[in-house]
Amino acid sequence: MTTTQEPTGVEVSPEIAAVTDAVRGVIPAAGIITDRTRLRTYECDGLAHYRVTPALVVIPEDAAQLATVIRACAAHGVPYVARGSGTGLSGGALPHAEGVLVVTSRMRAITEIRRADQRAVVEPGVINLDVTKAATPEGYYYAPDPSSQQICSIGGNVAENSGGAHCLKYGFTTNHVLGADFVTAEGDTVPLGGLAPDSPGYDLLGAVVGSEGTLGIVTSTTVRLVRLPEEVRTILVGFETTDQAGAATSAIIAAGIVPAAIEMMDALAIEAAEAAVQCNYPDGAGAVLVIELDGASVEVEQEYVEVERLCRENGSFEQRLAVDPAERALIWRGRKSAFAAVGRISPDYIVQDGVIPRTALPEVLHRIAELSEESGVRVANVFHAGDGNLHPLVLFDDAKEGAAEAAEKVSGAILDLCIEHRGSITGEHGVGMDKSKYMPRMYNDEDLDTMQLVRCAFDPQSISNPGKVFPTPRLCGEVPGKRKEAHPLVQAGLADAF
Amino acid sequence: MTTETLTPTAREAVASACADVRDGSETDAVDGVTPGLVARPADTAQVAEVMKATAAHGLSVVPRGRGTKLSWGTPPSSADVLLDLSGLDEVLDHAAGDLITVARTGTLVADLQQTVAEGGQRLALDETVPGSSIGGTLAADTSGPRRVAVGTARDLLIGLTIVRADGVVAKSGGRVVKNVAGYDLGKLLIGSFGTLGVMTEAVFRLHPLPETRRWVTARVADATGVHDAVQAVVHSQAVPAAVEVEWPTFGEGLVHVLLEGREDGVAGRSTTIEAVLARGALDVSSREEPPAGGATYPWDTDARGDERATAFKLTFALSGLGDVLTAARESGLHVRGSGGVGVAYAALPAGAGVEAAQAALTRVRETCGRHGGAAVVVDAPAEVKAGLDAWGPIPALDLMRRVKDQFDPDHRLAPGRFVGGI
Repeated sequence: MTTTQEPTGVEVSPEIAAVTDAVRGVIPAAGIITDRTRLRTYECDGLAHYRVTPALVVIPEDAAQLATVIRACAAHGVPYVARGSGTGLSGGALPHAEGVLVVTSRMRAITEIRRADQRAVVEPGVINLDVTKAATPEGYYYAPDPSSQQICSIGGNVAENSGGAHCLKYGFTTNHVLGADFVTAEGDTVPLGGLAPDSPGYDLLGAVVGSEGTLGIVTSTTVRLVRLPEEVRTILVGFETTDQAGAATSAIIAAGIVPAAIEMMDALAIEAAEAAVQCNYPDGAGAVLVIELDGASVEVEQEYVEVERLCRENGSFEQRLAVDPAERALIWRGRKSAFAAVGRISPDYIVQDGVIPRTALPEVLHRIAELSEESGVRVANVFHAGDGNLHPLVLFDDAKEGAAEAAEKVSGAILDLCIEHRGSITGEHGVGMDKSKYMPRMYNDEDLDTMQLVRCAFDPQSISNPGKVFPTPRLCGEVPGKRKEAHPLVQAGLADAF
Repeated sequence: MTTETLTPTAREAVASACADVRDGSETDAVDGVTPGLVARPADTAQVAEVMKATAAHGLSVVPRGRGTKLSWGTPPSSADVLLDLSGLDEVLDHAAGDLITVARTGTLVADLQQTVAEGGQRLALDETVPGSSIGGTLAADTSGPRRVAVGTARDLLIGLTIVRADGVVAKSGGRVVKNVAGYDLGKLLIGSFGTLGVMTEAVFRLHPLPETRRWVTARVADATGVHDAVQAVVHSQAVPAAVEVEWPTFGEGLVHVLLEGREDGVAGRSTTIEAVLARGALDVSSREEPPAGGATYPWDTDARGDERATAFKLTFALSGLGDVLTAARESGLHVRGSGGVGVAYAALPAGAGVEAAQAALTRVRETCGRHGGAAVVVDAPAEVKAGLDAWGPIPALDLMRRVKDQFDPDHRLAPGRFVGGI
C-alpha cells in the first residue's frame, strides 16, 4: 500500500485515512486512536509473543457505531480484527498491520436478565463473571466459565467458543448461546437465533460461535441461564501420581457420575499455584484433582460417597471437602490462577491447549514427561481431566539461547501427540494465529477447503480477521479442489504456506 | 418424475458409480415428487462417486435416510436421483470410556441406542418418528422430551463426515467433546434438509443411562395453569430431564415432568415436583412409564397423502407458553411438546382445509413471533401445503443463500426443500 502523511506525523494508507474519516463524527473522538504510541497498547492479546501494531483502533460504544466502522472497512477493503478484553491465548485478536482493531470493551451492558425465559441478553464487552453475578440474585448463573472469567469478555468467549471447567457437565459456549445480533463483513446487522430455540433456516449462529472473528462480529448475545443447583460440593483430592489421579477420573466417569468439573494439576503446577496464591494444596502431592459435584442434595450426597471411595481405591492419600464458600473459593483459586502462577517459577512459558480422549490420559501424560526429560524443558500440567482438555505449561527462560526454540518444539510435539490420539489441537483457546499451521495436521485439504466455503459465504472480501485459523486462505472466487501451483497469496508474498 | 436431464448417458454414469441403482417409483416419491433413479450406495466412497457422477451430468439429488420424514419441508423442485442411505447402516465404534460413538448415518436410531445401551450409555436423543435413521434425525433436526436436560442433536453431535455436492468428502469436528479447531460444519448441516451436503458418518457424545426414571403428571384446567405449572417446575432445583405439555383441542391440559437419576434422588425430586405442581393442578400422579404418546409428535407420522395432519413446529420464549397454548386452542390445534424449553408441535386433524390451516398458521405465527420464536409447517397434505407459507419470515436469509451457493452452486441438492426456496 502507498502511504500518506497524517498531520500527526503517523504514516497511514489512504484506505485507513478514509476509514478514519468515515468514523469521525460517528464514534466519539476518545474512541478513535491513531497515535502510534497509543496504538502500540493494542499490539497483542494474551499471547504476547506475537506483536503487530494496528493501523487504527476504534472503540465503539454501541452496535450502530460498530456497524459503521465495519461498513467503512468494507467500502475501502480494509481488514478488521475484533477484540474484547484481549485475554485470548492463541493470537486470535492479533491486530492486522494495515487494518482496524475494533475493541468492544465499552459495549458492556447487561441489557436484560429474563428470569422467566432463563435468558440474559448481553453486549460483547460484558465480563463473563458479571453475567453470573447479575443472574445469581434471580437464582441463576451462566455456566461456561473460562479460567479467565474475571476478565474475559462474552464476545471473546463466543468468538473462541471458550468454555472452562464446567463444560464437562453443562456444555460449551456454543450450547449456551441462543441468539445474537451479528454484523456481517459488509457491515449489515442481522439477527441470528433469538430467545427461542431452533430458529428456522441454517444454524448460522452455530457456525459463527467459535469462528474466531473470521465470519463477522457479534454485537449482542442472548445466552442461556442455568438454575443454581440445590447443592454444590467441591473436593480437593491428593494423589502421589498423575496415573492414580487419571485412574480415579476414569473410575468416576465409568460409574456413571458426571461431575460439574474434574480438574487435574501435577506437582509442578501445584508448586506454582502455591507460590502464587497459597492455596494450601496437600503437601507432597504428585497430582491433585479438584472435583465438583452439583445438583439435588440427595444425589450429590450419594455421588460424594462414591467419588470419595473411588478416589481412595485409586490411591488418594488426602481428601478435603470444602466446608464453606471461602474454602471452595480457595480450592478454585489455586486451579484458576495456575497459568499466571507459573510465572512465579519460570520467567517465560507457553500455555498449550490440546485435547485427547480421556482414556488416553495416562499414556499421553507419560509421553509428555518423556518429552520433557529428553529435551530438558520443564512442563507443568493443569487440565480439565473430565473432558481430556490438556493445558501443558511449557516453561523456559527466553534469556537463555535456544530455550524458546526448545520450548516451542516440545509444545508442538504435545500437539502432535493430541492429533496422534485423535484428539484436537485446541479445546478452548482457539486456533488463532498461533496454531493455524497445525490445522493441516488435523484436517486434510478437502476438510479445510470445505470450511473455507463458509468463510467465503460470510466474508467474500476476506477482511474479517484475515490470516487466522487457516494456514493458506483460499481466495473466495477459487474453485475448490487440489491446487497444482503455489497459492496466489503465497506467490504474491502475502501469506505463508505450512 | 423423470426429467430431461436424466439422459441414458447420465443414467449410465450413476449406475457405474454405485452397484445398487434402480428406477424410481411412486413409493419413492419425495413429498409427491417421484425420483428418476434410486441409488443405494454402501459407504462414503460410493456416495462420493454418485455425487461426482450427478455433478458431471447436472442431476438433482435428494438424500433419504429411512424415508420417515420425506413429506416434511417443501417438495423438491426436481429429484433426478434419490440417494438412499439405508445401506450405510453400521455403528462403527462405541468408545464407552470416552462416552462417544461413531455411526454411519443410515443406521437406525433404535439400533444405535441398543448398541450403546449394552455399555450402559445412551445417545440422549429421542426417536420422535419411529424407524428414523441417524441422518434423517440430523437433517430434519427432530427432538423430543429429553432436550430439556441435554439439548438436541446440535448439542450432541461432535464430528461429521459429509459428501459435498461436487463429490468431495470432508469432515469437521472429531472424536472429542471439547474441540474448537475450525468451523463447526455439523451445526450448519443439522436441520438443513439435505440441501448443503450428504451426511455419511456422525460422531456423538453419549451420556450414562440413568439408574431409574419417574414421570410426574399434573392435570391442569387451563392454559394459564399449564403455563404456571411449567414455570414452577423450570425454576425449581429438581433438575427435570423433560417438561412436556399435552394440550388437546379442548378440555384439560397435562404437564409431564421426567426425573432421571439415582433411586433415592429421583424419589426425593419426584416428591418435590409433586408438591410444586399440586399448587395449581386438579390432581398430580406419578409413575415409571412414559405418558401416552411418549416422545412422538401429536399427529400420525405413518399417515400418507391426504390422510396426513397439518403439522406445525412452534418455538417461543418460555414466558410465552400460556399465550401460545391459548392461540393454538383457538385455532383448533392439538399441542404436545417440550414446554420446558419453548418448543412444541401442533396438529390440525387430517381433513382440515387450506383456509383453516392458513388461519391457524397466521395466528400461531404471530403469537410465537411476539414471543421471540417462530411457527413453521412441518408436514401437510399437498393441497394444504401449497396454500401455506411453510417457513415464514427468515432473518439472515441472504446469508443462508450465500452459504447454499458456496456448498452447492448449481442448487442440485434437495432443491426447493428448504427456506426461501433453497
